Amino acid sequence: MNKYKVDVVVIGSGAAGLASAVEAKKAELSVLIIERDHELGGITLQCIHNGFGLKEFEEELTGPEYIQRFINEVKELKIPYLLDTMVFEINKDKYLYAVNKQEGLIEVEAKAIILAMGCRERTRGAINIPGFRPSGIYTAGQAQRFVNIEGYLPGNTFVILGSGDIGMIMARRLTWEGCKVKAVVEILPYVSGLLRNQVQCLEDYEIPLITNYTVTKIHGRDRIKGVTISKVDRNFDRIVGSEKFIECDTLLLSVGLIPENELTLQAGVELSKNGGPVVDNNLETSVEGIFACGNVLQVHDLVDLVTAEAKRTGKVAAEYVKSRYDKEIKARETIKLVSGDNVNYVKPDLINKNDLSNDIIFTFRVSYPDRRVLIQFKDEENSIIYKRKKIYVIPSEMVELSINLEKQGIKPDCKTITVEVIPRPEVLIEED
Amino acid sequence: MLELSTIKIIRCIVCPTGCEIKAKKGANEKVTFEGYTCERGLEYAQQEFYEPKRILTTTMRIENGLLPLIPVRTDKAILKEKLKDVLVEIAKMKLKAPIKMGDILIENILGLGANIIASRDLIKLD
Ligand SMILES: Cc1cc2nc3c(=O)[nH]c(=O)nc-3n(C[C@H](O)[C@H](O)[C@H](O)COP(=O)(O)OP(=O)(O)OC[C@H]3O[C@@H](n4cnc5c(N)ncnc54)[C@H](O)[C@@H]3O)c2cc1C
Ligand code: SF4
Repeated sequence: MNKYKVDVVVIGSGAAGLASAVEAKKAELSVLIIERDHELGGITLQCIHNGFGLKEFEEELTGPEYIQRFINEVKELKIPYLLDTMVFEINKDKYLYAVNKQEGLIEVEAKAIILAMGCRERTRGAINIPGFRPSGIYTAGQAQRFVNIEGYLPGNTFVILGSGDIGMIMARRLTWEGCKVKAVVEILPYVSGLLRNQVQCLEDYEIPLITNYTVTKIHGRDRIKGVTISKVDRNFDRIVGSEKFIECDTLLLSVGLIPENELTLQAGVELSKNGGPVVDNNLETSVEGIFACGNVLQVHDLVDLVTAEAKRTGKVAAEYVKSRYDKEIKARETIKLVSGDNVNYVKPDLINKNDLSNDIIFTFRVSYPDRRVLIQFKDEENSIIYKRKKIYVIPSEMVELSINLEKQGIKPDCKTITVEVIPRPEVLIEED
Repeated sequence: MLELSTIKIIRCIVCPTGCEIKAKKGANEKVTFEGYTCERGLEYAQQEFYEPKRILTTTMRIENGLLPLIPVRTDKAILKEKLKDVLVEIAKMKLKAPIKMGDILIENILGLGANIIASRDLIKLD
């Protein structure tokens, strides 16, 4: 069995893996990147549309252009990487096992592990649709890979279930390739992706967006011949009599993403409500020396934020290797973050009390859209630590805040912080 | 006062507020815009009304490359109504690897003043 011994091992070579590896390398540590695909770059390689890099590079790039810059940096810094190599186990002693064709089984011993495995597409919602299981049903991301990387079209006439960004972007892409997109069907009363995509991918091409509807039957035995869609009520129960048939030969599912968490679980890392690992403000998981960033931690809509998060992770992992690894350190004293009203989840899950005087980056998503809101951080006695007004919140846009809790006057004995997004009281509106 | 009739509704995508801007026309044929909250919104609405443009991102076929396709884009926004013609033009071509990101693959496509450039490096298949 081939054995590798490094300071930092990074699993995954997407935007998160590459940026964290670069930071760890810049801290003069030995780094190894492991990627299961046949090239570096991750999901961004198939996102050939533009809209990347406005924050990181202040210019608008396509996904491949954005990631190429990081691939070039990894190559310039001569960071070693293994391709076509799948990590399948992280054991309790933090040894990592992977396989590839050339070497067979590989063992990696590392002082710090960075989880950067990205996310996977949900298929839930489709599983409950009655009908046979004919061919012609794909996730939007699978279809994106077929069309943009492998070079073939998965069908001719499409219905897309779910109005996530990938689904809407694929609707335009398929239209450009000469396919017919009959409809994008969304169970919620509003679009779940960005407004920009709704306008430029659907409205530009007059692709109907049907909200408050879902697919309730798939027709066809060998190949899909069409779908029945039905209107739903507030509880998402279908309304009998509202059924409509749409003919199509392909159904794409764009019903959300979820952190890839199999390895994370195996490593004994505790998971939180959003499906990703529980992390503290240093992006360290519940297992000492294992860190996480990118979509494996929380699903991001902007690659720029992935890069920023990954750079932080690379730095803290390097600090860990240099100053904490192999040393007796007393248990961290922490403050717990709790999701309050209209907050789906919040990261980090824990804050180290030692870091209260630093600026800490918080990210969260709301559960439903709202306008003219107040974002509040409260302690367990309901005293407000931080508040901020926001004109608009929507589940598809992650909110990011950088807060120095000590400067905000947090009480030294604070144990939990609840984050909530509430309608603004009238008095405050006048102050705008 | 003359009645203004709405001739186009433009949803501003410049910021997440998403204002609905109405382009209206009066009897004197003059177009006015209503519903924007800021100057950037007005500029966007005027551009969208008179001369909507888009960056085109697509793929081009490649011979002997690591992948059968290379992602490409226009280096400037082009008129929305020309997107289709440009796509047809790009589909006619087949290029050879290796290619570097930023390489100009088609110069001044259809005389629109924009080049088609490569979005990534693509090495030769060995
Ligand atoms: C389809 C789509 C469209 C998007 N569009 C935009 C956009 O327009 N603008 C924008 O700013 N952002 C966009 N994003 C968001 C942004 O691009 C992503 O959030 C970001 O690229 C995620 O980076 P990552 O490194 O976390 O994950 P990924 O890029 O998914 O990388 C994870 C890598 O880990 C590898 N891996 C997983 N498991 C293993 C294992 N066990 N062993 C070895 N390797 C493994 C995978 O092969 C993959 O290469 C989009 C995202 C998606 C999915
Ligand atoms: S008009 Fe101004 S405020 Fe309204 S969406 Fe456009 S940029 Fe935002």
